[in-house]
Amino acid sequence: MPEFPLLSLIIFLPVAGVPLLMLVRGDTAVRWLTLAVMVADFLLATWLLLAFDGSSPAMQFREDADWIPRLGIAYAVGVDGISVLFVFLTALLGWICVLASWTAIDTRVKSFMTSLLVMQTLMLGVFCALDLFLFYVFWEAMLVPMYVIIGVWGGKNRIYAAFKFFLYTLAGSLLFLVGIVVLYFEGGETFDILALMGQDYGFTVQAWVFLAFLVAFAVKVPMVPFHTWLPDAHVEAPTAGSIILAGVLLKMGAYGFLRFSLPMLPEASQYFAPLVLALSAIAIVYGGFLALAQEDLKKLIAYSSVSHMGFVTLGLFTFNANGLNGAVLQMFNHGITTGALFLFIGLIYERTHTRRISDYGGLMKIVPIYTLFLGLFSLASMAVPGTNGFVGELLVLSGAFGSNMALGAVAILGAMLGAAYMLRLIRRVALGPVVEIGTQPPWDVNGRELAAILPLAVFVIWVGFYPTPFLDVMGPSLDHLLIQVLGR
Amino acid sequence: MDQQAIIRSIIVSSPEIIVILGACLLLFVALMKNKHQMTILTGLSLAIILLAATVTAVLSSAPQSAYGGIFVVDGFANFFKAVFYLATALTLLMSGRYVVEEGIAEGEYHALILFALSGMMIMASGRDLLVIYMGLELQALSFYVLAGYLRRDPKSNEAALKYVILGAVSSGIFLYGLSLVYGLTGTTELTGIAVALSANEPPGLAFALAILFLITGLVFKVGAVPFHMWVPDVYEGAPTPITAYLSVASKAAAFAIVLRIFLDALAPAADIWIDAIIAIAVLTMALGSFVALVQSNIKRMLAYSSISHAGFALLGIVAGGPDGVASVMLYLLIYAFMNLGIFAVVVMMRSGEVRGDQIEDFTGLATDHPVWALLTLIFLFSLAGIPPTAGFFAKFYILMALVQEGYVALAVIAVLLSAVAAFFYIRIVMLMYMSPPTRRFDLALTPSLRLALIVAGVGTIGIGLAPGWFLDQALGAGFAETLAFAGGVSP
Repeated sequence: MPEFPLLSLIIFLPVAGVPLLMLVRGDTAVRWLTLAVMVADFLLATWLLLAFDGSSPAMQFREDADWIPRLGIAYAVGVDGISVLFVFLTALLGWICVLASWTAIDTRVKSFMTSLLVMQTLMLGVFCALDLFLFYVFWEAMLVPMYVIIGVWGGKNRIYAAFKFFLYTLAGSLLFLVGIVVLYFEGGETFDILALMGQDYGFTVQAWVFLAFLVAFAVKVPMVPFHTWLPDAHVEAPTAGSIILAGVLLKMGAYGFLRFSLPMLPEASQYFAPLVLALSAIAIVYGGFLALAQEDLKKLIAYSSVSHMGFVTLGLFTFNANGLNGAVLQMFNHGITTGALFLFIGLIYERTHTRRISDYGGLMKIVPIYTLFLGLFSLASMAVPGTNGFVGELLVLSGAFGSNMALGAVAILGAMLGAAYMLRLIRRVALGPVVEIGTQPPWDVNGRELAAILPLAVFVIWVGFYPTPFLDVMGPSLDHLLIQVLGR
Repeated sequence: MDQQAIIRSIIVSSPEIIVILGACLLLFVALMKNKHQMTILTGLSLAIILLAATVTAVLSSAPQSAYGGIFVVDGFANFFKAVFYLATALTLLMSGRYVVEEGIAEGEYHALILFALSGMMIMASGRDLLVIYMGLELQALSFYVLAGYLRRDPKSNEAALKYVILGAVSSGIFLYGLSLVYGLTGTTELTGIAVALSANEPPGLAFALAILFLITGLVFKVGAVPFHMWVPDVYEGAPTPITAYLSVASKAAAFAIVLRIFLDALAPAADIWIDAIIAIAVLTMALGSFVALVQSNIKRMLAYSSISHAGFALLGIVAGGPDGVASVMLYLLIYAFMNLGIFAVVVMMRSGEVRGDQIEDFTGLATDHPVWALLTLIFLFSLAGIPPTAGFFAKFYILMALVQEGYVALAVIAVLLSAVAAFFYIRIVMLMYMSPPTRRFDLALTPSLRLALIVAGVGTIGIGLAPGWFLDQALGAGFAETLAFAGGVSP
C-alpha cells in the first residue's frame, strides 16, 4: 500500500531548500529561509517521533525502492526505536545551528546555509538508511560539506583542521567500505541491513569485518587513539560546525556499533569487547585529564566529548540492558548538552573574540542569564542528579559494574574527573572577580539566542526528571538488539 | 570472400570508414581559409562523430563480425566506441578558443583527432592481434603529432619527441611479443590463440617470454609502472585538450585491448600473468598517488593521478570474469566524464597571459566564480572517489569484483592508496574555497567550453546517482557472450 513517504520527506526536505535558496537575495532572507526549512523539518521529525510505535522493535515508516537492482542495492529507509531518537536530535540541532550562525557567519552566507542544508539531509539519511550501500553514500558524502564548513568558515588553523578531519575520516571509512563489500558476498549478495543481520558468518569473517568497522567507527566516535582530529576540528570549526560535530557526527560512530557491529557480528563483538572496553576506559580517564589541563574553552569541551563518548562505547559493549540503555540515552544527552555547550562558547566568543579561560571571570555579574544556562548545561555535563546526564551515566555505570567491577571503578573515576573539569570551568569563568574583556562588556543573551537555548534546556530537565518516555521508545529495540548479540 | 561478404564487412565497419573519410574531408576543408574556419571545422567534426555514432547505434542491435572474423562489432566494442565518441566530442568542444589563443588553429588538428578516433575504434573492434596493432599505431601516430602541436613551445616538442621514441620502442616490443605468440600458437586470431593455449600442454618458457613482451607493450600504452615515465612529460607538454583526449580516450582504447587480449585470448594462461598484473597495479597506484602529492603543475598532477587511476582499473582485470570486465568498462566511462571535466577546467583557466596550469592558479576561484568552482569541486571529489559522485561508484564496483574473487587484501591496499590520492585532489578544493583570490579571474569560457563542462558535470553526477542503467550496459556489453573462456581467469 502506498504510504505517505514521511521519512523521505524528512531526509530530503533540507536539500530541497537549496534551489529555493538560490532564488532569494540578501543574507537576511537566506537566513530566514534556511530557518524555515529546518523548522519545518523539525516539525516533521516531531510528528515522526509522536507517530512512532514505541512498543515494537521493528523498523517503521519503511520505504523500499530499487536503486541498482543488479547489485541488490535499494533505496530502503526506516527507523526503529534507536534511530528515531537521533533523527529527532538531528532535526532539533538543525535549526539551532541556523540560529547559532545568524550573526556569527557574515561572509558567503548563502554558501554556508547551503552546506548546512546538504549536511542536514546527509545526516538524517545516515540514521534512516536500511541499505548498507545507501548508508555508506550518506556517511561518506557528509565529509564534503563538513570539510567545507570547517575549512571556509573556521578559525585561524581551519585548513589544517579540515584536512585532518577529512583524511582521518576518509581513511577509516574506506576500510568500512571493504568490510561492507565482504559482508555483501558473505551474506548472500545483498546490502539489505536487516537481511545481513540475520546471517551467520564464520568467526574469521566476523573478526576481520569487525576490525575494519572498528577503525571507521572509532575514528568517528572518536575513541582513543583515533581522537586527535577532534580537538583540532572543534577548535577551528564555526559554532554551527562544532554543534553538528559534537551533536550528531560523534553519535554516528556509536550508532555504527549499534546498527552493524553488534547485531551483524555478535561473536566478534564479544570476542573484541575487552579491547573496546579497555579503549573506552582509557578514553574516559585520559580524555578527562586532558580536559582538566585545557586553557581553551572549546578544547576543554572537545576533550570532555572524548571522555563522554568513552562512557557511550563502554555502555554499548557491556552487553547488558542497563549499559545499552544508558549508552543510547547518553548519546542523546551528549548531543543536547555538548551541542549546547558549544553554542554557549560560540555566543560568548562572538562578543569577546577570545576562548582563553583566563580571559574570563565573574561572568555571573555581567551576563547572569547566560551564566545561569551555562551552569545548567555544565551540571548536565558532569551528570548532577536532576539533569539528563545523571540518568544516562547512572545506567552506564550500573551496566559497567554489572559486567566488571574494575571497569565500574574506572568509570566512576571518569565521572569524578568530569565534575572536576566542569567545576573548574564554572569557577574560573562564571565566579570570582570580574575580568574586563575588551572595551565594552559583553551583553546578555537576546531573544534569538534564547530561542536556541531554551529547547535544549527543556530536554536537559525533562530527561533528568522523567526519562521514561525516551527509555520506552528505545527499550524494545535495544532488547531486540541484546537478543541478537547474545543469541538468546 | 564473396561479394556479399565484402559488402557486409563494409557495412559492419562503416563507422570507422565514416570517421576516416570524414578526416580526409576535413583536410580539404581546412585548405579553404576563412575567418570562421575553426567553427566550421569543429561543427563538421562533430557532425561526423554524430553520424558515426548513429551508425554504431544502428549496428548495435546484434553482435556482428566482418572480414572473416578479425573485426567484430559486439557490445564490448560498441561500449568503448561510445566512450571514444564522447571523449572526442568533448575534446573538440573544449579546443575552440584554446587552439586559437595558442596559435595552432590549423586544419590538421581536427583531422588528426579524427584519425586518432578511428584508430581507437579499430582497436576496440579488432579480434586479431594484427588488426589491433594497426589500430594502435594509427592512433599512436596521430597522438605523436598532436602532442607536439605547440610547435614554438619547447615543452611540447619534448613531449612529442619523448612520446614518439618511447612509443615506438614499446610498439616494437609489443609487436615482438605478438610474433612470438604467432610462432607458438600458429595464429594471430584471439579465439584461435585461446584454443591453442588450452589445448596444448601448460605453456612453457617461450610463451612466458611472449606474454612478458605483450605486457610490456600494453603497460606502456596504459601508462602503468614501470613504463609510466613518459606520462607526466607528455601530459604537461601537450596542448591541454590533447592531454585530456590522451588521458581518457587513448587510455580507454589501451584498456580495451588489454581486456580483449588478456581476458579473452590469454585467459587460459592466467597463471603466468596474473601475479605480474597484480604487482603492476599496486605499484602503479602507489607511485601515482604518492608522486602526485608533490606536484605544483596541475597537468603533471593530473598525469600522476591518471597513472594511479590506471592502476586501480588494472585491478578489475585482476578480478576478471563478467563483473571484472564490466567494472573496468564502467570505470573508463566514468573516468572519461570526470577527467575530461577537470581538463576542461584547466582549459578554462588558460586565458590571455595566464597559462593557468599551476595549482596555485586556482587560489580563490570560489570567491569570484562559485558555479564553476562548484563544478570543479565535483570533478575533484569524483576523482577522489567520494559519493555520491560517479567516481565513487567506479571504484566501488571494482572493489566488489575484487572481493568477489577473494582479493580482499588487494582491495584494502587499493582503498588505502585512494585515501592518499584524495589528499591532492582536496588540496585544490582547499585553494579554491579557503584562500582569498590573489588575482582577477578572466576565465576562457566560450559557449562550447561551457557545454563541455556541463556535459561532463551532468555525467559525473548523473552516473553517481543512477549508476544502474550504465552498469547494465557495461555488464550486457561485457564480452560474456563472445568470451571464449570467461571465468577461466579466476585463480
